[in-house]
Amino acid sequence: MRMSSKAPKSHMFPIVVKNLSLEINKKILLNNLTCELTAHGITVIMGPNGAGKSLFVRCLHGLTKLTNGGILYGNLPVGAATRGRQSMVFQSPKLLRRSVIENLRFVANLNKKNNQNLLELLKKTELSLLKDQHVSTLSGGEKQRLSLARALVSNPEILFLDEATSSLDPRSVSIIEDLMEEIKLKNVKIILITHDVNQAKRIADDIIFMNNGEIRETRLANDFFADPHSQEAKAFLKGDLII
Amino acid sequence: MVSLSSLTIACFIGIPLGTVLAIKRFYFRKTLLAIINSLMGLPPVLVGLIVYLYLSRSGPLGWLGILYSPTAMIIAQVILIAPIITALSNQIIEELHEDYRDLFLSLNAKPIQAVIAYIYDSRYSLLTVILAGFGRAISEVGAVIIVGGNIDHLTRVMTTAIALETSKGNLNLALGLGIILLIISLSISLLVMWIKSFSKRYAHV
Repeated sequence: MRMSSKAPKSHMFPIVVKNLSLEINKKILLNNLTCELTAHGITVIMGPNGAGKSLFVRCLHGLTKLTNGGILYGNLPVGAATRGRQSMVFQSPKLLRRSVIENLRFVANLNKKNNQNLLELLKKTELSLLKDQHVSTLSGGEKQRLSLARALVSNPEILFLDEATSSLDPRSVSIIEDLMEEIKLKNVKIILITHDVNQAKRIADDIIFMNNGEIRETRLANDFFADPHSQEAKAFLKGDLII
Repeated sequence: MVSLSSLTIACFIGIPLGTVLAIKRFYFRKTLLAIINSLMGLPPVLVGLIVYLYLSRSGPLGWLGILYSPTAMIIAQVILIAPIITALSNQIIEELHEDYRDLFLSLNAKPIQAVIAYIYDSRYSLLTVILAGFGRAISEVGAVIIVGGNIDHLTRVMTTAIALETSKGNLNLALGLGIILLIISLSISLLVMWIKSFSKRYAHV
């Protein structure tokens, strides 16, 4: 029997973050974060600017080294092995200076994936007509949709989105949210950062609320929005906490 | 041929080296970059003298017997051009690295895959670097005349021929050769400009 090169999905979950701290230039940016994320659904990380959300996601994806504590994906410590089974969509689209299709082909070749699925991904992100265009000619929304399509080329088990829909037009937001719902049904874990409370209400299954580099609340989305526990979360939802 | 050969060798050394220096962080990286930057302004006569001392019969590499040959001229020119190509490619790739660093880390791209992507995606900008290297090679006279010896039909190139004819008083011939050299240089500049404008129009880089 041929064994898969990847460990079974259950080995990546739960995601356990224990006493995670990050200090840069003697400044504590993430302070003693502890939480546990399950394999299912969409986890939304919320909080005001400077709360440490992006840094936390970078640590989860293994892009930034921790100062203290640890992150375990099942029994795997965060690193290249776990990163290979995840994808990330950055806040500002990071694209190769090539055509749309070449951006997807690059990742397909890295992951030795079939190029036939690429056209399907372009169709889902409504980029089929732009496939031969250079990325510098795309709008912000098109670039972010391409970033999402590229993130899906490798069939990740976990998808990180760092404010991927901020400053996009409603159509692009709708396309990205629909795709998120679709891939969620395929048991892909989605971890999304957003400032948009309405978006969080629409798609979140659970919420991590952060402020000042600390996790203030980790709860089911419905419970969080119905009755936030911390004063900061209440202020944030009312639009009073902006920092 | 001497200039093209030295340019080719310098590109094979300089572009990958400039790329690695742009994307890898290690001790003495900045010192190494400072040394390479300062080597960009090496006086050709000094390079010619050093290569001469190494290749002369009593020098450490005298046993090779390549002094006053095109090979010696190529070596001298590579020493002159490689730092230019390394330093300029390093600047271009460093700028690209700002955009690509997180992406390649996220994608788990291997270093060799990243280096190839960096060079491929900045290929049009690197053409200008290659042109700068070619300009230095084709206009160079000090080093090649020392290590080449300006031997007719063997190591005489256009610049050394111009120097010789000027010293002989054949100013018309020297001027004629100078004009040909200028036309070659201009043609290559125009070609590179055309390629860059083509790339801006069709590849948007």
